[in-house]
Amino acid sequence: MIKLEKIHRNFQVGDQIVHALDDINIIINDGEYVSVMGPSGSGKSTLLNLLGLLDQPSSGKYYLNGGDVTELDEDRQASTRNKNIGFVFQVFHLIPRLTAAENIELPLVLAGVDEEIRKQRVNHALESMNLMERAQHKPPQLSGGQRQRVAIARATIMEPSVLLADEPTGNLDQKAGLNVIETLEQLNQHGITLIVVTHDEALGARSTRSIRMLDGRIESDNTDNKAG
Amino acid sequence: MLLLRDAVHFSWHALTANTVRTFLMLLAMSIGVGSVVILTALGEGARNYITNEFSSLGTNLIIVIPGRSETSGGDPATMLGVTERDLTLDDALALTRHPQVRRIAPLNIGGAEISWQGRKREVSIQGTSAQFLKLRHWEMSQGKFLPDTDLQRPKSVCVIGINIRNEIFGAHAAVGKWLRIGDRRFRVIGILASEGQSLGIDVSDSVIIPVASAQSLFNLPSLFRIFVEVKTREAIPKVMTFIKNTLRDRHQGEEDVTVITQDAVLATFDRILTALTYAVGGIAAISLAVAGILIMNVMLVTVSQRTSEIGLLKSLGASGKAILKLILIEAVLLSSLGAVAGFALGQAGSWIIRYAFPVLPAYPPTWAIVASLLVALVTGVLFSLLPARKAAQLNPVDALMRH
Ligand SMILES: Nc1ncnc2c1ncn2[C@@H]1O[C@H](COP(=O)(O)OP(=O)(O)O)[C@@H](O)[C@H]1O
Ligand SMILES: [Mg+2]
Repeated sequence: MIKLEKIHRNFQVGDQIVHALDDINIIINDGEYVSVMGPSGSGKSTLLNLLGLLDQPSSGKYYLNGGDVTELDEDRQASTRNKNIGFVFQVFHLIPRLTAAENIELPLVLAGVDEEIRKQRVNHALESMNLMERAQHKPPQLSGGQRQRVAIARATIMEPSVLLADEPTGNLDQKAGLNVIETLEQLNQHGITLIVVTHDEALGARSTRSIRMLDGRIESDNTDNKAG
Repeated sequence: MLLLRDAVHFSWHALTANTVRTFLMLLAMSIGVGSVVILTALGEGARNYITNEFSSLGTNLIIVIPGRSETSGGDPATMLGVTERDLTLDDALALTRHPQVRRIAPLNIGGAEISWQGRKREVSIQGTSAQFLKLRHWEMSQGKFLPDTDLQRPKSVCVIGINIRNEIFGAHAAVGKWLRIGDRRFRVIGILASEGQSLGIDVSDSVIIPVASAQSLFNLPSLFRIFVEVKTREAIPKVMTFIKNTLRDRHQGEEDVTVITQDAVLATFDRILTALTYAVGGIAAISLAVAGILIMNVMLVTVSQRTSEIGLLKSLGASGKAILKLILIEAVLLSSLGAVAGFALGQAGSWIIRYAFPVLPAYPPTWAIVASLLVALVTGVLFSLLPARKAAQLNPVDALMRH
């Protein structure tokens, strides 16, 4: 479970202070499928980065699975990112010199998992992402959709409870984008909490809960907007 | 926790993926280490060469050289146009009178062509006495050295080195043959066994004749050197005073000779050349430091080029420590490779010097090897610490957004 309490995130730009997040309070339960929408600059990425522990709030509390993660030291935050959170980026962020399999393996390597177990889990992930034939290819040899599936496999290889995706289809054509979204939804159906930032109304409409942001604030928060 | 084995694998991968950068760093590092090794080898070689040259002369030696070593413009002798007196055989004989003198040997040197049955060679001829053999600690391989007779009497005999023997006489027996030296003929009575260099002449290339014969052959009444071997080391200062006084008396009160001890010469050379080795090593160390700074810069560039990669690793759960580990391992790999390559380069360079100049024992001193390898490793790691720490402290979001 995710719980944000009075979260603020300010950026100093020149002599101005930008309130990227302005008093955010939300609770997201395990297994939810949340879309975050809103105009550019409304704070969606900032929110997601905070949820992913890639960034710290200026003030406020963030509880993940009951524990206050804002209090954790750097090492523990790193290990929380490694074990509990998966992150999928718009620009994939694959390491170009490593093969697809090696990219997927990275979180396991960072966690110090035994090599044999690593290979098994990577193979399993490649299979479920339908990437078996691409295992030894390097990112430049893969299509956009394949790259994003490698990134999703990497984000989920540690079996995290939360999967965060910041405009995961932003760099993909419609067909590949749909395929990626379906892949994410499948993972959600198996229990992972899925939070997707998107510009695309159609994609946003697929989620069971939709949060709309404006100027760093939550403008609306509708559960099951399919019905509404 | 990131395992060391995996970290090494990852860093190695990063190194080999960027071959140009890695190659340049290795080049800088190996030139640094290599130049320390080569230059100190050269310095040591020169030191050993000179030291050997002089110590092979013999022990407890005093060397008398004609002429004052201080060339003062106000010297009355020069101003009056008085030439220095020759250093004669009688001068040499007068020096045997001191009880602490074991033996003396005069030396004259001149160049001449030698020939036998049409085989010719230009060599430097040494004119001396029977005492020279023991004074120089030489050994004979065949026949006898010069006879122990009156120094003043020329005799048409000669002793030759092993090279001369091989080049001039080939398969023929040399002892007993008449060798032409200049316009005279000398009978070969012995062949030297010793080899090696001294006074700039290879012993195996030596041709030795009685000093009186050399004086008339080259028309050189003055001696080139007088060697005086003293019985004990402690007696050297007394004998030196005796030599100076005796020769001054014999030369009408003029101090027109220079008397030096072999020890003094050796010590001076040793001091100069050790200093030279250090100086040269120091200069080379600067290039090593430059290599270190280069490594720091490249690592800084690496960190900024790979900022988004570091951000990614952090977002995947790498701690600051893990990032530090990865960058440092990369630096250690790089600088050890550079150090090893530099060591190989240095050894190869020293070998080439030894090959090109066989007289120069250009072996790098152990201290230089150990120091340069250590310095390479330490600078490599030290200079990478700053960029590595910078990388470790990066905020994942900031790092990811940079390209
Ligand atoms: N690192 C930063 N430094 C300064 N301002 C930032 C930084 N990151 C985000 N902002 C600002 O915060 C606001 C929200 O940005 P962001 O969360 O990226 O919006 P969105 O993802 O909704 O387009 C914007 O005004 C943006 O300029
Ligand atoms: Mg954004």
